[in-house]
Amino acid sequence: MEYKAPVEAYTGVVREVTIGKGRKSLKIGGENILPLHFFDQGSNPNPAKFALEVLDMEPQDWPEHLVEPFQGAISDPVKWAKKCQELGTDAVFLRLVSTDPAVKDSSADGAAAMAKKVAEAINIPLIIYGSGDDKKDAEVLPKVAEACDGMNLLIGPVQKENYEKVGKAILDHGHNASALSPLDINLLKELNVKLCKFFPAEKIVIDPESAAVGYGMEYAFSLMERVKQIGIITKDNMTMMPIIADLGGECWKTKQAKENKEQGLLWEGITALSLLLAGANIIILRHPESINLVKETIEGENGRSKRNNTEIRRNS
Amino acid sequence: MTKRSFPCYSALVYSGYCDDKPEVFDTVIIGENIHVIAQAVSTAIRERDAKVIQDLAKAQAEAGADYIDLNVGPMKKDPEENIQWLVSAVQEVADLPLSIDTMNPVAMEAGLKACQKRPLLNSASGKTDSKEQMLPLARKYNCDVVISVMTDKGMPPDVESKVESIIDTVTYANELGIPNEDIWVDPIILPVSTAGEGQRFAVACLEFLKILEDVLPGVKSTVGLSNISNGVPGELRPLLNRTYLVMLEKNKLYSAIADPLDKELMSLTRREIPEIVELIHKTMDGEDIDLSVLPQRELEYVKTAKVLMGETLYSDAWLES
Repeated sequence: MEYKAPVEAYTGVVREVTIGKGRKSLKIGGENILPLHFFDQGSNPNPAKFALEVLDMEPQDWPEHLVEPFQGAISDPVKWAKKCQELGTDAVFLRLVSTDPAVKDSSADGAAAMAKKVAEAINIPLIIYGSGDDKKDAEVLPKVAEACDGMNLLIGPVQKENYEKVGKAILDHGHNASALSPLDINLLKELNVKLCKFFPAEKIVIDPESAAVGYGMEYAFSLMERVKQIGIITKDNMTMMPIIADLGGECWKTKQAKENKEQGLLWEGITALSLLLAGANIIILRHPESINLVKETIEGENGRSKRNNTEIRRNS
Repeated sequence: MTKRSFPCYSALVYSGYCDDKPEVFDTVIIGENIHVIAQAVSTAIRERDAKVIQDLAKAQAEAGADYIDLNVGPMKKDPEENIQWLVSAVQEVADLPLSIDTMNPVAMEAGLKACQKRPLLNSASGKTDSKEQMLPLARKYNCDVVISVMTDKGMPPDVESKVESIIDTVTYANELGIPNEDIWVDPIILPVSTAGEGQRFAVACLEFLKILEDVLPGVKSTVGLSNISNGVPGELRPLLNRTYLVMLEKNKLYSAIADPLDKELMSLTRREIPEIVELIHKTMDGEDIDLSVLPQRELEYVKTAKVLMGETLYSDAWLES
């Protein structure tokens, strides 16, 4: 008798979120199948996207081999963002790190003006994150949302402590929200439930918090996997949103990535690949070559091209 | 390592044999309110303030508790004197059997000795210390004994490992001369809110109870009910406790350490609100329930049951979505 592999079909569909407008836009999510389950029934209309990270100030602790691809642009966020665009990234991820009270505590108005400048300078979608300090973000992000009114950006992180204020501003000015909770599926769902009381679910992206290989990535992995499974398999309304994996910063913090370029690329690339397997829909990276590394690995898996280790190594 | 298998187990679960209508009986309620974690209780024991303790005992007895639990924790200081004082204080005002709840074998023995009615030893487990020190006390004082599924390796997480460990420990107890009828098996309830794992544990306890009778004929069962809602916002805790009790009862739970002062909980266990009980049963059976026509209270019970059976993902906002 001929063997027939079982084929699963799922009931849940991840909401499709559009970031940006017109030709300056991209879509994430929309899948009704588990990540990379090519053998099951269903499809992912929007394969994973990659965004490169830009800081709103010259980075203080980046190793030389990470600064190198952005040589000459790294002290100016607008130039840096344009450089990312030239390098062929799907989107730019601008982190307003200077607004952090523990960094420069720079003003909300200044950050908003900078965000607008970057948004207008590039022809690809923009994601903007505050510093992560929930109090300061509650001042900064509404200003950013306002300055970029109507551009349909993805803005975050919206957290339990500030979702009402930040979420409202994001909604009023026509953007999408990235909802961040600290590595806990129950808290993640709770935040979405609360946010959805006034914010449309189809404009929410889940940030479950990412971690680097060797630094707790397995927690991030199993959490993302679970979020995706609960959405796709059990059709939980509050987890059927696309996932953002903000992992570049986590990877380049590690001693191993700072040590040399090859290790850095592998650290970032393997973390990214792992979280893609877990179900991430958009990946935030710092080094442009890591994107190539991940893309080539995935294409190889699909059998569309046969690349081997030697070629991956050549990239680094 | 060879794994013990239970040929009857999956057959029982999947043949529907266990889905026979549960017998209707009142769950034995062991009142949980005399508990050293409560500041008032620990102060009262230290200062020998009998009134505080006796008020709690009377209130629980009047509310319909069948046993009164005396949870004194590890009782490091003066275990014998303290437990004896506590037992006699309670016995003066409540004509109920007591559950002596301590990990300290010295306090346990003193407590059992002081009891006028046949007490409940709460609890023993599959841990070596417990097998050697607690189980012989149950034999010596010829009392009922709670035996949990815990072992030296910790808490068995799934149904199969719970079954495996409890068979070992009960067999050991039988060899000491303790009959199944005196054994109250505790599958150990953990908080449903535990990130990622809590719901799986809640489901495992439900399934474990469903098959317990067939795995170890004659044993009884008990649970520390309120632990299901540990870590959950206070005002939402009773709803979880009540719903889970009804669900466990459907799966033939014999007794629960619970709060008898929760009136709705007591009404539910006495089948005084049959429409809610029935609704929870229907939810468990996967029947289609039209949520749009349900009154608020009924709707909350259905949503809670779905969380406890692992059908919807838990969050503190489970009633709001």
